[in-house]
Amino acid sequence: MGAIIEVDHLSKQYASGTKALDDVSLTIEEGEILALLGPNGAGKTTLISIICGLVVPTGGTVRVGGHDIRTDWRAARELIGLVPQEISLDLFETVENSVKFSRGLYGKPADPAYVEQVLRSLTLWDKRKAQVRELSGGMKRRVLIAKALAHKPRVLFLDEPTAGVDVTLRREMWQVVRQLRADGVTIILTTHYLEEAEEMADRIGVIDKGQLQLVRPKAELMGEFGCKTLTIELDQPLTALPETLQGRNLTLSEDRQSISYDYESRAGRSGIGRLLADLSAAGVSVRDVSTRQSSLEDVFLNLLEDKA
Amino acid sequence: MNWQSVRAIYRKEMMRFFRTLTQSIASPVISTTLYFVVFGAALGNRIQSVEGIDYGAFIVPGLMMLTVLQQSVANASFGIYFPKFSGTIYELLVAPTGWAEVVLGFVGAAATKAIFVALLILGTSFFFVDIHVVHPVWMMAFLVLSAIGFSLLGFIIGLWAKNFEQLQIIPMMVITPLVFLGGAFYSASMLPPFWEGVAKLNPVLYLISGFRWAFFGLADVPVGVSLVAVAIMIGLCMALIRWIFYTGWRLRE
Repeated sequence: MGAIIEVDHLSKQYASGTKALDDVSLTIEEGEILALLGPNGAGKTTLISIICGLVVPTGGTVRVGGHDIRTDWRAARELIGLVPQEISLDLFETVENSVKFSRGLYGKPADPAYVEQVLRSLTLWDKRKAQVRELSGGMKRRVLIAKALAHKPRVLFLDEPTAGVDVTLRREMWQVVRQLRADGVTIILTTHYLEEAEEMADRIGVIDKGQLQLVRPKAELMGEFGCKTLTIELDQPLTALPETLQGRNLTLSEDRQSISYDYESRAGRSGIGRLLADLSAAGVSVRDVSTRQSSLEDVFLNLLEDKA
Repeated sequence: MNWQSVRAIYRKEMMRFFRTLTQSIASPVISTTLYFVVFGAALGNRIQSVEGIDYGAFIVPGLMMLTVLQQSVANASFGIYFPKFSGTIYELLVAPTGWAEVVLGFVGAAATKAIFVALLILGTSFFFVDIHVVHPVWMMAFLVLSAIGFSLLGFIIGLWAKNFEQLQIIPMMVITPLVFLGGAFYSASMLPPFWEGVAKLNPVLYLISGFRWAFFGLADVPVGVSLVAVAIMIGLCMALIRWIFYTGWRLRE
């Protein structure tokens, strides 16, 4: 599949002088899920806002489906759906009317069958006649998604879609997002939950201080920046690491019942075999071993620390 | 032109009006009745007629125009301010909907509501005074143009306002005084020459004068001047709104 969004040397400086985006270039492929990560104020929402037409850039260009967002904005915006970070809804409107209104704004004629399909897919059909104010927070978020999908967008932006929602609902939302991707919708999400990006994204972009630090396939990023930890449970506590094991990136736990060993997950030789042999030679008896892959959170923090 | 979006915005705004229909109808009817009691019955005993027209009938165009201007400004300003306040304006800004569609939807709905209420006042006035409209087509033309002009002004106020206080301040401090000083309840010719000259600096005088001409065939200023005044107002407001949407001032900041 080809590129659906092409961001070229995009910049945004606010009237206050704050530089929210600094020469950002990015290509998003059709059908992928891209997660944008970054600390607060990094520029994630500004980037999304410019692509969607909420903020005017001070430099650079954006094309959506080949249409420039400034000169061919109608065609560009027809392809986009946005789920904002805040729950911004007319509380006195019914769920069904709210979705129909969104469809109308995009110039689409009434299509009750499609609206029903969207509401059913988001388990909102039973609430279609309810006023938005009667819904729970989770349902309101789903209404926002339904509104964003009302005109069948090819690209869906989710700005912190699960901020402040409980774990159950978060997993429900992930399911919805996966289904949308299966339907061919390109998804760009910003999130503070690294677990969310790790769970769903095909590629991950990291923004910091208005600059795009990197964009990589998730697996590649995890492999390159990630490391594994081998935890060795001991039969008997050790008073100290044997001298033959010094200088090997080993850490004895506080209770002295286990040793942890950090190693690069992509390294050709992990050194685990040698370590276990040396432990045996030193008379250390092993009860159990386990490994843990570093999370995206660890990767993200490492990355930002390296750039600092 | 995205006509579906115009229809969607217009329909949504009108539904808001119908949700509070009792309030929308009862309030102007009660106010008008009170105006007739105070101005018609009380003052009418002292001012028998103005330029040969029964005073009770004379104030009907002014009352209607007062309502049209207040309702137009209030409906249009609130209509666009509320989405800004609640955050739902993002939908309008990310949709393939241009300034013309947004204006047609919001201003069209605000003007419709104002005209509806004004006609309701005209209907109510039949219970109190004997009134006959000399130029009904021109009466409707002035009504529609004034409603559009002041709905556009209200729309600008709604775009400009950053809080509810700002939303209220121009209608309260500028529009209502201009209507009262614009000859809603008297003819400018009743004023001393100096104040008559001052009154003619008030743009609302031209609207009320033209509107009153449509009712009785009498005007403080030539009807053509009244029409030009409304056209200029509409043109200026449209140009300003287009500039706001083009630059994103207070919208895409």
